[in-house]
Amino acid sequence: MDRSYAVEIIYRGIFQKTLAKHISRGLVLAAAKEGKTGISFGRYGDSPERNGIPAKNFAIIAPDEVTLEESMAQYEPKQVDVTVVVDDTLCKGVESWAWYGLQPVNRLLGPGGKLVVTSMLGFDDLLKMIHAKDVPYELAIVRGIPSFSGLWVFKDDHTDVRILGTIARLVPEMLSLAAIEAAIRDEWKDELKVTSARKAYSRVETTVVPPGVGNPEQPYAFTLPGWREMPEGIAIRNIPMGGAITDPVTGQVGGYRAAVNPYFKKFTTRTMRPVIDFEKCIKCTLCWLQCPDSCFDVTPDGLYDVRMESCCGCGVCEAVCPIEHCITMVNESAFTDNRSQWEMWKADREGYRAWVAEKISARPERAHGFRLRGLYQEQIKALAAVGLAPGGEEKVGREDTTEASAGGA
Amino acid sequence: MATVQEPTVALGDKEELISGSEAIAVACKLADVDVITAYPIRPYDTVMQYVAKLVANGEMDCEYIVAESEHSQFEIVKHASAVGARVFVGSSGVGWMYAFEALTVTPALRIPMVAMVGNRALDDPGAFGVEHNDALAVRDLGWMLVWVDTAQEALDTALLAWRIAEDRRVFLPCAIGCDGAFLTHSQALVRIPAAERVREFLPPYNRGDLRLHPDNPITVAPQANEDWVMEIRKQNDAAMRRAPQVIREAYADFERIFGRRYGNPFFEEYETEDAEVVLLGMGTLSMPVKVAIRKMRKEGRKVGFVRLRWFRPFPTEALAACLGRFAAVGVIDRDYSFGSPYYSGVVANEVRTALYAAPQRPPVVGFICGLGGREVTVPNVREMTDYLYRAAGGERLVDTYWIGLRE
Repeated sequence: MDRSYAVEIIYRGIFQKTLAKHISRGLVLAAAKEGKTGISFGRYGDSPERNGIPAKNFAIIAPDEVTLEESMAQYEPKQVDVTVVVDDTLCKGVESWAWYGLQPVNRLLGPGGKLVVTSMLGFDDLLKMIHAKDVPYELAIVRGIPSFSGLWVFKDDHTDVRILGTIARLVPEMLSLAAIEAAIRDEWKDELKVTSARKAYSRVETTVVPPGVGNPEQPYAFTLPGWREMPEGIAIRNIPMGGAITDPVTGQVGGYRAAVNPYFKKFTTRTMRPVIDFEKCIKCTLCWLQCPDSCFDVTPDGLYDVRMESCCGCGVCEAVCPIEHCITMVNESAFTDNRSQWEMWKADREGYRAWVAEKISARPERAHGFRLRGLYQEQIKALAAVGLAPGGEEKVGREDTTEASAGGA
Repeated sequence: MATVQEPTVALGDKEELISGSEAIAVACKLADVDVITAYPIRPYDTVMQYVAKLVANGEMDCEYIVAESEHSQFEIVKHASAVGARVFVGSSGVGWMYAFEALTVTPALRIPMVAMVGNRALDDPGAFGVEHNDALAVRDLGWMLVWVDTAQEALDTALLAWRIAEDRRVFLPCAIGCDGAFLTHSQALVRIPAAERVREFLPPYNRGDLRLHPDNPITVAPQANEDWVMEIRKQNDAAMRRAPQVIREAYADFERIFGRRYGNPFFEEYETEDAEVVLLGMGTLSMPVKVAIRKMRKEGRKVGFVRLRWFRPFPTEALAACLGRFAAVGVIDRDYSFGSPYYSGVVANEVRTALYAAPQRPPVVGFICGLGGREVTVPNVREMTDYLYRAAGGERLVDTYWIGLRE
């Protein structure tokens, strides 16, 4: 090893904060076992951690201090050797309050870099979400459902050590499995975790993604203004009022669509999204009233259409909707676009009905782990029953509350 | 990091992967601090969280008081110190500002309070990133101010701070500037010294004749009218003037006991021996600056770097003597002083003042860079160096340059 290596860990703020920290710490501790050095740090900021919004940790591994300094003389690495994605819906990209526009999840990977995703999906499904790149890279899947927990409570399902074992397999010149094992023993004093790392090492599935393969969409971006262009006094122009909507089929004009900030979108803050069956809607207004982000547009026919660019996928609309399966939260990975569901329904009612049925049946809801006690255990059981979960291999139990850090302004 | 010479023997140290904030918390434990107050604000809050964990785990025995505001936080430790307790406190950005009244009364009472400022931009706009204006606001109040670069230096400097502040010749509060994010939130391998060595280095806090106690009947902080103020100020001044000697002694002892050598305690010189021009700055700036210097030296540009540690007391003569050797000096300020001479940063103005009476006065070029946590990049450093060579060539550059600003 004659140069430094950079690993980026993309995670859901709050829900996976401790998990991400375990991974980046584990890498540096393992490096020290081999006489190397390193540093582990988060993409600093407060806001991204607040609501499952995409956030990042980094670990830099170097053969010596001087080489480490070379790599650290920048805010965050501009190119990484490994990107770890601990929730597969993040494959749609990364946008948060700490950076601007939408970053493809593989943006920082250099040629031959490794993209490690925890997922129950296959390569094809993941590549529908991951933006195409002009250099080849290796995509690796670590089988498992996303390790989500409520707030900072860490769910010890061994995702951390399984990722570490996988990295040892993919980039042996950076770290050996022996170093990873030694670090796990030292840090967590748990032989079962060592076994999990070793299993992950031998089980990882990989494929090489050639240039141009993946989601062809051009991620949205915008240019930050210079100091002369910015309004003085930290003044932000009011967004104009919204207005009526035109029915694409009947031409009827009515309802109300709020105007929204053109730069701040929440596409990738979602792990699930509401699917609406307009034929079941009783127009009670509860979703419109309760949505914390005011996502719902009132259509000319008095229905409520969710505006996907504002929806962060919290699930409140589903919770308050009095009609079963009128609003159903569905795994975000089941969608490849952000079209208006109401327009789809207006254009082709029959087709839409089939679309809703398919989305609801094939994609069970996901959870941030705190919606009800024991939910995770139920999920594991359900997934194991259909052969999707390893069944009993993942340990659920010891909960470790560490690193509460949202306090204060 | 390269700034610290590693000891040749392990001396019972153990190595841990901890952040700059955690290093400060570990120093609190090693120093066996008696009273700690806390009120959350980023980036300082990670210290209080780690201290809370140490207390909860039974690793540390202290009064841990969560105050209802920063103002109370600093008042509580002020009073605790007056009765002889070793104290620690800290804040960031506007939290530090909220405590300002309490901060002003501390030096006059000669309270050796050790505080950490997790440097953060002042509101508005509510950014979490580093800017030094928060800590620098106490520049004229009688606080000692020191900036650190690495987690190791943070731990070591905290131990040094108690030793210096609690010296009877000084008895002044000391704030340790730790750059938000770059230092407070990055985990690096840190050598943690054995407790018995810390005990050898850091004697118990002895407030002696100033201890507020029934056995020593005194009144602290009575109303002092106009007849007394100049004398009180002069006493503070005398204490601050004694501080440099105490600092030198403390660093020498630190090296003897822990084996880690910081050389000149007041500022670190990097590649200055044969340098034509130098940059000067504080805190974690040194990482991009040093890397840029290594690259530029390969291209034949002889650039050096001076990292200022102690800002108060300011090492006037030593720094002037050092800087007088170069053809031009560039000061990188991670702060700004609106309307100041040449519209400069705070440090640039101090450096110019220090040089005014010196026999050798190289031109000083001011740079404002990295405000609010913005990255200071290697190309930024190259750009600043270009200005320095122009100044060295005789061009009169009195303006201050904003580097990395979106035009």
